[in-house]
Formats: sequence, structure tokens, C-alpha cells
Amino acid sequence: MSDPEDLSALMRAARKGDDEAYRRLLLVVASWLRAVASRGLAAAGRPSADCEDIVQETLLAMHLKRDTWDETQPLQPWLRAIARYKLVDHLRRRGFTDHVDIDDHSDTLAAPATAEEGSALDARQMLASLPERQRRIVEGISIEGQSARDVGVRLGMSEGAVRVTLHRALRALAIAYRKERT
Amino acid sequence: MRTDQLVASLVADRAVSARPLGRSVGRAVLAGALVSLVIFAVEYGPRVDLLPAFATWRFDVKLALVLAAVVAAAAACVAMARPVSTERWRLTALPVLLIAASTLAAELAVVPASHWKAHLVGSNALDCLIAIPLFALAPLVALLLAMRRTAPASPALAGAACGALAAAAGAVIYAFHCFDDSPLFVLTWYSLAAVPVVLLGALAGRRLLRW
Repeated sequence: MSDPEDLSALMRAARKGDDEAYRRLLLVVASWLRAVASRGLAAAGRPSADCEDIVQETLLAMHLKRDTWDETQPLQPWLRAIARYKLVDHLRRRGFTDHVDIDDHSDTLAAPATAEEGSALDARQMLASLPERQRRIVEGISIEGQSARDVGVRLGMSEGAVRVTLHRALRALAIAYRKERT
Repeated sequence: MRTDQLVASLVADRAVSARPLGRSVGRAVLAGALVSLVIFAVEYGPRVDLLPAFATWRFDVKLALVLAAVVAAAAACVAMARPVSTERWRLTALPVLLIAASTLAAELAVVPASHWKAHLVGSNALDCLIAIPLFALAPLVALLLAMRRTAPASPALAGAACGALAAAAGAVIYAFHCFDDSPLFVLTWYSLAAVPVVLLGALAGRRLLRW
């Protein structure tokens, strides 16, 4: 993980359909984001309670926008740019307009792994805002840890239909995060 | 929902976008240009001396210039669509500058100074200022829609790049109608006609391309 090539390789493998590589990448990025977000919040004088929301919103953005990464370039500057955009956006929504610079402290993604502080309350509300079917699919896969196929069997849908609906749910979640102004 | 639980959903979502950025930008600008071509065919039509015009250097250079502008603006668009972009796209602006500078020099050398003003003012200036933005409108809409799935570092800049590409596409279409081929005219009025489109793109981008 201290090796910058490593993350790019994980993303390349993920693009080729290696789910395990993608999971590893997302978890590494999540713990780095947690450190970046809590530092950014502290610098802006915001409560750290928002931290996990920023992490999740940024992860969603990275996921949904992952094809804007140019494979010929290293992954880390791309990750950092998305994190910066999302952090600035989050703070701006809360009326904080000063310059936010995460580059000073994040030359490498090798951040001390910070433990996740419980579940974000907002994220639960977000989930509740999804249409029934989308919500049940996300809950099935995320909270109950089922596979897309199992969820499909339970809901009487094909695995493909589950994935299509799941993708819509994630896009809706990303929009819900952006619209939330607390 | 905990973050590691969210990750499970992200991993399960295998939807990947069908085509690379460059191709979706290209398709959008083509789709928009088709609409503009219909307007062109119905309201404007090609200049009557189109075939002989191909034999003149001024017309050919005009076409080369607007096409080079399309390439450069498309490269800018793709670069601006990313959260972090390289500066390589700037190289594509070089042909535009080279063509502009060399044809301007040639025109000033060939045409006596007393005629410069007539070449600059031309006969269709107002037409040009209206038609290019008009032909740019549909490409701009199509481009902004296509760019919504991207992640621009600056939504306003990305919108401006969309505007530049749309204006360049509009200029290509208009070039077939316009009688004024003098580089003096083209460089002045085509550029001026692009300004409102770029501004409109920037404004729209700031609202529509946030993510």
C-alpha cells in the first residue's frame, strides 16, 4: 500500500472484474479518506461527526466516476483530486468557504488506519430515502451480506436485474448525499 | 450503514460505462451537429460557389482552421472531464495557432494595406455572429448531457470547454455557408461568435456538471 503502483494495479485488476482486488482497494482508500476527512474537518473547525459521511460520499463518487481515471496515469493523484473535490464540496455546503488544501498532508496514501466510528446516522436516513426495491437490494447486499444472486432469489428477480437496480440505487444515494444540507 | 457494508454494494455493482470518455464526447458533438445540419439545410444552405471555393487557398485554410479548432477543443473537453488532467491537451492548440498565425501573415502579405479593412469587415459579419452560436446550441446541449457522467475538477471550466467545442463544431458548419474566407474575417468574427457560447457553456457547466 505504500507502493503507489499497487493501487493502480488493484484498480486495473478491478476493471478486469477482480472483485477481491476492488474490495481491497476500496477498503484501503476508505481508511485513507477517513484520515484526510477528519483532518480537513478539524482544519475547518467542523465536528468530526461528519467524517464517515464524507468517506462514504467520496467512495460513492470514486465508484461511480471510476472510468474518468486514465489508466496510463497513476491512480493516487486521481483519488486525491476526488477526495479534495468532495471535501471542499461538503464544507461549502455547510457555509465554509475558505481554501481547503489536502495536498500538504497527503503526499502518500499511506495514512495511519483510523478506526471507523460507528455507523453514520445520515447514511441510514439516505438508505430510507431509496425506493423500496432499491433499498432492499442495498440492505441485502450491504447489511445482510448476501450475494446479488441470493438477493435476486429472495426478491424474485434475475441476478442481472438486481445489479441494474443496485447501480440505480447507488446513483440515487450519491445524489441524496449531495442534496443533503445539514 | 457502515462504510465496509457500503463497500460490499460497490463491489457488487459491476456496471461500467460502455465507452471511453473521448468516444462519448465525439458522439455527443456529432449528434448535436446533426441537428444543426438540419437547421443549416433548411435555413441557410451551402454557398452557391461551394465547389469552386474548394480550389481557393483561403477557403481550404478556413476549413483547416475550424477543424483544428474542433480537435483542440475536443482534447480540452476530455481533459477537463477528469478530476485530474495532464497538460498534454494543450499541444493540440498548437496547430490552431500555427494555422492562424501563418495564414494571417500570408493574407497581410498578399493583400494591400488599403484593403485590409474591407477584408476584415467582410459581408456577413452579423450573420456569422448569429449563425455560429445557433449551430453551436444543439452540440452544446448534447455535450453537457454527455459530460454529466464525468467528474470535472472544475465544472465551470469543463462547461467552457464544451462551449468551445460546440462553437468550433458550429463554425465548421457555418464555414460552408459563409462567403467571407479572408483569414482577417475568420479569425475576428468566428472568434467573437464563439465567446457567448463559451460563456454559456461555463455558466451551464457550473450548474449541471457538479458531482
